[in-house]
Amino acid sequence: MSSTQNEWPLWEVFVRTKAGLDHKHCGSLHAADAKMAIQLARDVYTRRQEGTSLWVVPSNQIVASDPGDKGMYFDPMEDKVYRHPTFYALPESVNHM
Amino acid sequence: MQASIQPGRDAATQYVLRLGDTCLILGQRIAEWCGHAPILEEDIALTNMSLDLIGQARALLTHAGQISGLGHDEDQLAFLREERDYLNPTLVELPRGDFAFSVLRNAFMATWLKLMWQRLQASSDTELAAIAGKAVKEARYHQQHACDWVVRLGDGTDESARRLQAALTALWRYTPELFSDDAVDEQAAARGLGPKWSELQADWRAEIGALLAAARCELPAESAFRSTGRQGVHSEHMGYILTEMQYLQRAFPGGVW
Repeated sequence: MSSTQNEWPLWEVFVRTKAGLDHKHCGSLHAADAKMAIQLARDVYTRRQEGTSLWVVPSNQIVASDPGDKGMYFDPMEDKVYRHPTFYALPESVNHM
Repeated sequence: MQASIQPGRDAATQYVLRLGDTCLILGQRIAEWCGHAPILEEDIALTNMSLDLIGQARALLTHAGQISGLGHDEDQLAFLREERDYLNPTLVELPRGDFAFSVLRNAFMATWLKLMWQRLQASSDTELAAIAGKAVKEARYHQQHACDWVVRLGDGTDESARRLQAALTALWRYTPELFSDDAVDEQAAARGLGPKWSELQADWRAEIGALLAAARCELPAESAFRSTGRQGVHSEHMGYILTEMQYLQRAFPGGVW
């Protein structure tokens, strides 16, 4: 077996910094199972008070877009500025849009 | 300034020093894994645990210096005592051994410390109760992490099970010291400072018994051997770890970070 086949599975780590905010992806780690992944995420990614909640997800469960499709997928949006809601006059009472 | 100091000999100071030295020496032993753990993630986990213990030792040694009335600060107590004046149980000064040995010792001590901190939260000494209130959260995580490893190793491969059983055989005979009382414990209990160490035994045996059963370990036979680190009479390993710890303060008196 190659060394990568001997390695523990890879997990993606998501940290919520405080209640009400969303979990944000902050990195990955190796762990034998979900229970160990949560513990090691706590030890590796929250040691400076970064978190109040953790998610871990097996990296192989994430479906990603193909980098080769980047031009086709994302470039066409470059000149569609009218999709940004910046052409409307907002009432004073709406503070954060 | 690099000359050795004599700590307070009264029961309250000795009671707090025993606990502080337990955290100090165990923290130092766990720190020896820094850069040597089997994987990067566990390396950080062990270093976190070590730093938690050093933090607890700092608070306890500072407090011991105040109780004694001799004006010793945490650094003097940590680095300028003679070997006989360190009062940790022998278990925590044993060389770190292999990963199974360290993990099992961490499980033993985290369980013991958790039970101790839980009781110390009701101490008549409000400073000690406050230290315990903070430390009990740290100990609970240390226990969960270390105990998970014990089960993984015991219920893992032939080699990991063999190494864990060997660690248990080596460590078990040092555990009775964690529950043996003397006059220091009697006086601490009498004035509500903290429990006699023997009061932790029933709970510790129940939790560790369940852990070792889950890890498929066989409990070694009880031995008549009794270690005596709490009285200042240490194993041959203590001098070496103290030499390493004290070198800097002895060579550069009063040096700070």
